[in-house]
Amino acid sequence: MKSLGTTTLAHDEPLIFEHGSAGRTAVSLPEDATDTSISESSIPFSLLRGEIDGFPEVSEVELVRHFTRLSQWNYGVDTGFYPLGSCTMKYNPKINEDVAALRGFTLSHPFQPESLSQGSMRVLWELERFLSEITGMDHATLQPAAGAHGELTAMMIIKAYCEQKRIRRNKVLIPDTAHGTNPASVAMCGFETVPLKSGNQGILEPDTVASLMDEDVAAIMITNPNTLGLFESHITEISEIVHKKGGFVYCDGANLNALMGIVKVGSLGVDIVHMNLHKTFSTPHGGGGPGAGPIAVKSVFEPYLPVPCVIKDGETFRFDYDRPRAIGKVRSFYGNFLVCIKAYSYILSMGAKGLRQASTTAVVNGNYIRSKLKPYYHLPYEKTCMHECVFTDKEQKPLGITTLDIAKSLIDYGFHPPTIYFPLVVDGALMIEPTETESRETIDRFIDAMIRIAVAAKEHPDAMKKAPEKSKITRVDEVKAARNPVLRWDRSRG
Amino acid sequence: MRYIPNTDADIQEMLSEMGFKNVEELFEIIPGDVLLREDLKLPNALSEYELLHHMMRLSEQNANAVDYRFFLGGGVYHHFIPSVVRHLASRSEFYTSYTPYQPEISQGTLQAMFEYQTLVCMLLEMEVSNASLYDGATSVAESALMALRLKKKPKIVVSKSVHPDYRNVLETYCGRNENEIIEIPHDAHGMTDVKKFEEAVAGGVSCAVLQSPNFFGVVEDLEKYGNVVHENDALFIAAFSEPLAFGVLKPPGNFDADICCGEGQSLGVPMGFGGPYLGILTAKKQYVRNMPGRIVGRTEDNNGKQAYVLTLSAREQHIRREKAKSNVCTNQGLCALMATVYLSGLGKTGLRRVSEICHSRSEYAKERLSRLEGVEIRFSSPTFNEFVVQLEADSEKVTEKLLEEKIVAGIQLEKFYPELENCILLTFTETNSAEDVDTLCEALKHAVK
Repeated sequence: MKSLGTTTLAHDEPLIFEHGSAGRTAVSLPEDATDTSISESSIPFSLLRGEIDGFPEVSEVELVRHFTRLSQWNYGVDTGFYPLGSCTMKYNPKINEDVAALRGFTLSHPFQPESLSQGSMRVLWELERFLSEITGMDHATLQPAAGAHGELTAMMIIKAYCEQKRIRRNKVLIPDTAHGTNPASVAMCGFETVPLKSGNQGILEPDTVASLMDEDVAAIMITNPNTLGLFESHITEISEIVHKKGGFVYCDGANLNALMGIVKVGSLGVDIVHMNLHKTFSTPHGGGGPGAGPIAVKSVFEPYLPVPCVIKDGETFRFDYDRPRAIGKVRSFYGNFLVCIKAYSYILSMGAKGLRQASTTAVVNGNYIRSKLKPYYHLPYEKTCMHECVFTDKEQKPLGITTLDIAKSLIDYGFHPPTIYFPLVVDGALMIEPTETESRETIDRFIDAMIRIAVAAKEHPDAMKKAPEKSKITRVDEVKAARNPVLRWDRSRG
Repeated sequence: MRYIPNTDADIQEMLSEMGFKNVEELFEIIPGDVLLREDLKLPNALSEYELLHHMMRLSEQNANAVDYRFFLGGGVYHHFIPSVVRHLASRSEFYTSYTPYQPEISQGTLQAMFEYQTLVCMLLEMEVSNASLYDGATSVAESALMALRLKKKPKIVVSKSVHPDYRNVLETYCGRNENEIIEIPHDAHGMTDVKKFEEAVAGGVSCAVLQSPNFFGVVEDLEKYGNVVHENDALFIAAFSEPLAFGVLKPPGNFDADICCGEGQSLGVPMGFGGPYLGILTAKKQYVRNMPGRIVGRTEDNNGKQAYVLTLSAREQHIRREKAKSNVCTNQGLCALMATVYLSGLGKTGLRRVSEICHSRSEYAKERLSRLEGVEIRFSSPTFNEFVVQLEADSEKVTEKLLEEKIVAGIQLEKFYPELENCILLTFTETNSAEDVDTLCEALKHAVK
């Protein structure tokens, strides 16, 4: 039913194109004394466009209500518990948003002189050092714009190293628990991926690595803790095996939130690591971005870091572009700077003890969920986990209930579902990462919901198939979306 | 710590419920020899008040576009961002959410992205758009990778008047393995040298990349170059760094561009000392299954209700792993949202108006500057809101003198183009008043002496 007044959240909101009427605008622009019309002598009229059919025409209040309504259909960390595994959906501190909005940062131009950018350059320089200290590495670059971009940058560095040293190496070992971005990044650099099976304890076995490690392998990519939430306890030995044959160890730092102040990955034999500032360092995910994916390296790779690097000369900071062995540029300018500001601000708020407390609490919370849900869901690997735990739907499947049904039922209990069907090594995975910013009471309520769902799976499996019912929409037809893609509004089709 | 609710007592209770004596016992899963025994060497934690003051002090060491007069562009523009953009993008339901994997509780992000895709397609007159990439430079590089996949010829042609950072990133992404990148110089008018362009494209290439308005602000003749590209069975990639130009100029879609990509910072995203920005990537419909990045589509829920969802994911890394079209996982959702609010707010008339003001300010400055002694407009071609001036005097000394008057006058081009000695790129937007332009001219008149 079409509503006439202010409506509840379940009602529809038309597209912005379907609002307003001709002649409306939501912005005010300077009235010019001079004529602003374009003369043929400045731009030939044949190059000018007419008005854009269908472009929005709304007032400011219509604009605000439209996007406010849309926002209310979203579930965010500020709305509630968001245990999305390997995504570290921790609380995003408000002060970080405020400092990143200071005009000395937002209204500064990347081409303005270095002498007028010293505050920002200090942030870049110091943050690189903080991240190097946290990971136990020698140098860092903040340029990669996202985790996958950091992986790509790291693989480019390894590739450039091999080429410049005239070492022919074509393969990269990737565990079966790795994120999909790992093989995709490797393939973009022209390496061949070699899948690596994890052992029956859910972690990598040195023997398996040794059997595949040869002079054609450039690197191994290890996520630690891995995506089963388990610490790769043989990593030091594995690093030695890889190094002995002349390969490098790359660490996917997506799960660094388990390790701050507890273990430095640099001490595990890791040569290069990427971090996700939007996971471990509390910067918001923004509905899919922008994040930032800095990498930290051992000194062997320092000459290959992308340009420019920030250098400190006495008390002055400058950008260094004169780096002949560098891989080049991976992004314009200096990376996602305002995201870096938030991470810098987070680290300064926490200090060394605060970061350790964050990781410790994240690990306690992860294990708490693991131990409380173990009687109700199948746990493929029994041992103590780190910051996240992985269950499966093995116990519920015979009842006709799958991981998808469990996830969708959680929505009706007011929780964001965990990561589902990943990692691929377990069938029907439910990957739960509570983070340190959730209280025990919230976690208990989530556990309670999960237990009720396990009970419902036995008692009312059919009802669960309809979940979610309390959300704005029910389950969507993804096949239809892909088969006949409608990817934009069109006046003729609506 | 205010961000960590569980107290030591909570933690202790939770541990004992799990059967652990203490945290140390929990961490026995980590080999003892790698466990850190001391604190990380980081500054002591600051209180919120101390932090705010520290950050304020740092921010004040930077020039900003309020205290200084900026005539700086070159791919990053100081346009006014209406308050509504920041307010709506600061709705924490938007900015604290993740990639919309669960459509039932992500319809806000999904509908906004569907609107973003539509707006961008309209602005550029293209058929399909993804939900954004990292920035203009990576969008250009990803577009070239698309062309390499589709055409399978190892050569790429790129005009040297494409933004230097875009070319550098293109080189990093595509210049390895067996690929060859051929750069085409500009002619005396600041346009891509058409003869050299024709020769290079005729040699068999996957694509040719042009930017309009280009790095010199010059509006390129996209029709002419596009025809050359298509006669040679290559893909025509039209890049841009100032999308507000398309409020008045015909966009690349009008010139049969196969892929149109570039930087969306102008559309409501702060300059932010270089990022985060908004990579826009659009294409002809026939190439949609080869595009990188997230794409939102319309569908229905189980009750037949209209719904939006991430779609065509068979292209992506989480499904295809090493066979994926790209490794891209995130988009720049929040920046895309800012652009959606900004463009929707401007609307049909506002877009044209802001575009006209930028152009008229630039033309006013061009006319005034051309009358100054020791200052010459380098290229006679049409420009949108920035142009190159040739100084008789040493450009570095001149710009330093202007800084004393709190004027940040353009980009010195020599470091990117050695042949453009003592040339600077000056940029004008609606935030530069006519008085600002007069001040610049007056200051420049004295500085060049």
